[in-house]
Amino acid sequence: MAGWESATLRDKRTETARAATLHFAADGWPGHRAGQHVDVRLTAEDGYQAQRSYSIASPPEDDGDVALTVERLDDGEVSPYLVDEMAPGDMCELRGPIGGWFVWDVADGGPLLLVGGGSGVVPLMSMLRHRAALRSDVPARLLLSARSLEDVLYADELRTLDDGDEALDVTLTFTRTAPPDWTGYQRRVDRAMLEDVAFAADDRPRAYVCGPTPFVESVAASLVDLGHDPGLVKTERFGATGS
Amino acid sequence: MSPPFSRGFRRRHEAESVDADRVPPGQYVVTDFPVLSAGPTPHTPLDRWTFTINGAVDEPRTWTWEQFQALPSQTVTKDIHCVTHWTKLGTTWRGVSVDTLLQGIDTSAEYVVEFADGGYTTNVPLEDLLDGKAWVAYEFDGAPLESEHGGPARMLVPHLYFWKSAKWVRGLTLSDEDRPGFWEQNGYHNYGDPWREQRYWND
Repeated sequence: MAGWESATLRDKRTETARAATLHFAADGWPGHRAGQHVDVRLTAEDGYQAQRSYSIASPPEDDGDVALTVERLDDGEVSPYLVDEMAPGDMCELRGPIGGWFVWDVADGGPLLLVGGGSGVVPLMSMLRHRAALRSDVPARLLLSARSLEDVLYADELRTLDDGDEALDVTLTFTRTAPPDWTGYQRRVDRAMLEDVAFAADDRPRAYVCGPTPFVESVAASLVDLGHDPGLVKTERFGATGS
Repeated sequence: MSPPFSRGFRRRHEAESVDADRVPPGQYVVTDFPVLSAGPTPHTPLDRWTFTINGAVDEPRTWTWEQFQALPSQTVTKDIHCVTHWTKLGTTWRGVSVDTLLQGIDTSAEYVVEFADGGYTTNVPLEDLLDGKAWVAYEFDGAPLESEHGGPARMLVPHLYFWKSAKWVRGLTLSDEDRPGFWEQNGYHNYGDPWREQRYWND
């Protein structure tokens, strides 16, 4: 869609205490590639408008459905409305899809290395859902950092995908609280963890790193340090330095 | 056609004490400094850093870091506008005006490609870099520019969306033709005027 198109919220699903997935029906949606984002515009009754960008969580294969997973920023203006107030039948406007860089298509091949911090998993999930929808056997690994199990987006779906797919490995690390019986990683993603979990640099994986800025800075620098070609490491960030 | 209302949505923050006419359409004001870049942050040591002007010029010019620091600098305070909708008001930078860098260069070129470490490029008409409209900045808020914000030096072209201000900039290529840069080939507007909301290809 070249300009703004009206969209109706069709369904909303709570993901975590702070995040929800909003499914929009958008007639003019031209389709998207996994990893792209969309601009959302809200208009208040007094004419006040606000725009924000959100990553698309749904795969290109879900015709006519655009799903955005949004995390509430407590001092925000748009995210609290989307997560807490907007209900099925309510309307907004969408514009997109946007971005031609942080995208992955099955035809691009692999190996596919996805590293997400918190809600940075959203565009990576679109890639994994796309891969699953096409029953691709491109080797793929997701390393996902979250504060606790309760903060992991799509936890059940990720487990199901991981269990049913030999070519996919999902690894979680918890930075604040781990479940009592947890034997996996309990720290921030670091060079040693990437050395264990990521494909070797010689395999030339296509790496997609998304999360808060300090997370992305650190992961991308570690990958380069491990010998990965900087040209194969694509990043997407949200938020300020050090926040 | 007027846009649909989003039931129950309202302005959450009372209009802040900023001049509304400093905020382009579709933008919101931030007080922090978000970071956006497409790949890993490059780190070029200062003793290997150079800044080059090449392309449609009689002779390319190159400065080392030390030579660049010796050029006359300016301190400017500007509002900056990112295509991802944030605007940051009153940011203070120190750097060298592009006018200073091009002094005495005779060229027929009408376009420039800014090139940077990491392979990033962005294109601008030459006239958008002249007459006090653009700088190569190496200080932000009185301190050396941090690498994630583009240090050691980045372009500052504040009247265009901020992707037109290349981080980690290493030079300018002058050209008779307009050659779309990185984001310009990836869905973003060729010119990028925030006041005309030139965000994407079709704007």
